[in-house]
Amino acid sequence: MDSEEEQGGSPSRPRLEEREIEFYGEGIPYLNAKRLKGRLIVIEGPDGSGRSTQVDLITARLESQGHAVATTGLKRSELIGTGILQAKQKLPLGQKTLTLFYAADFADRLEHHIIPSLEAGYIVLADRYIYTLMARSTVRGLSRRWSHDLFGFSIKPDLVFYLDVDPHELFHRVFQKYSTLDYYEAGADLGLSDDLFDSFIIYQRRMAKEFKKMESTYGLVQIDANRSIVEVNEDLQNRIDRYLHGKNP
Amino acid sequence: MNNKATTKQKVTERAQVPGTASKEGPRGRLIVVEGIDGSGKSTQLHLLDKWLRHLGLMVFNTEWNSSEVVKEITSKGKKKALLTPTTFSLLHATDFADRFERNVHPLMRAGYFVLADRYIYTAYARDAVRGCNPKWVRKIYAFATKPDLAFYFHVPVDIAVKRILTGRPKLKYYEAGMDLNLSNDEYESYRIFQSRIIEEYKGMAPKEGFRVMDGTLDIELQQKIMRRQVLELLPPAVATIASRELSAE
Repeated sequence: MDSEEEQGGSPSRPRLEEREIEFYGEGIPYLNAKRLKGRLIVIEGPDGSGRSTQVDLITARLESQGHAVATTGLKRSELIGTGILQAKQKLPLGQKTLTLFYAADFADRLEHHIIPSLEAGYIVLADRYIYTLMARSTVRGLSRRWSHDLFGFSIKPDLVFYLDVDPHELFHRVFQKYSTLDYYEAGADLGLSDDLFDSFIIYQRRMAKEFKKMESTYGLVQIDANRSIVEVNEDLQNRIDRYLHGKNP
Repeated sequence: MNNKATTKQKVTERAQVPGTASKEGPRGRLIVVEGIDGSGKSTQLHLLDKWLRHLGLMVFNTEWNSSEVVKEITSKGKKKALLTPTTFSLLHATDFADRFERNVHPLMRAGYFVLADRYIYTAYARDAVRGCNPKWVRKIYAFATKPDLAFYFHVPVDIAVKRILTGRPKLKYYEAGMDLNLSNDEYESYRIFQSRIIEEYKGMAPKEGFRVMDGTLDIELQQKIMRRQVLELLPPAVATIASRELSAE
């Protein structure tokens, strides 16, 4: 499989060094002694930015290089599943409650999937991580500090990419794909505008602004995702290759 | 007794008295009880509730881990015993946040006396015993209003455990602290778990300003002590009547 790519000068699989677990904040004391062999790479970006496509392409490429790859997303853990969405419709939940719910859901995935995979030496590709959760709650009025503290149990990824797309371009992509706008991705719960198009643009701008703010705090790398899938993929893949080899020249 | 007339007076006073210094309008009072199972705290809170209602005050009761919405979503995960200390902690925080956002906060704004059977200190104690970082837990609950009075019911562990275990009830997995691997015997595990929680309560009592109650005293005597301390929270006119009633008994 993919032998052409291998011949195309792609170097052999670098050996990844085992490291200590590293958290953002207070961490998870009972996991402090864990050592991780794998690497955690996060792709962030709004719906329609091409996240899942890129995750698929990168997975294929890394696997062709001989890496064991595990993917993870933000949807559906065993713990909570689709219950949140149902609850949201039945009886509105407050913003803190929702954020804590998502944090619990994420923690479940982190402890049961991400950390064990990293221990076993997988490269974990995360289709979204805590940043989306934090941005969503900040845009909805919660303090940045509180979200940051709350997610202090998360481990620091090795690489975080944010796929940045102009909201207008994003609108077209979303509409072409789904023929409709997602209620929450359009920020419709915020009462920004009666006009769903305006609401979408305002909401996406605010989200993008939050991600911009996270650049320095969390080491997010902004990727211009207005470009074609191939171009974006080349950009990402180069950065990932450089990272994986940089540690082990 | 012209109870009716005084009740009406109280209504008007209530709107003015609590939280007069605040621009945010009337502010209620928050009274919490803490202590291990079998410490008698719920009985005492129940009696306090009756008294406050008798005095014509608006009262609302809230219990730990009782949000219906949250319960519905989480019962699945809990049943399977999949919870880690971190997810356990976050789900209880979610439950708390839901009750806080939905009831406690708005009712405090409206001038109610809110009575909480267990509050943030239960999380501080249990999560610490389970191995979460205590600083992290405190940061998560930073949004919670500090209580006007927090009663801690101290009872030696053997007395409390005896009260609960008489009749050999079936203990729930997490209730018995079985997730901590303290003992294979659920009753022994429960006892060790409860004694560790007592240590946590003792440690935080001075800093959190707990009013420590001797939970081995007669129920009536404990209630009298409690009511005397609650006097300070009552609107002046109500306090005068209540104080007269208390001394007359």
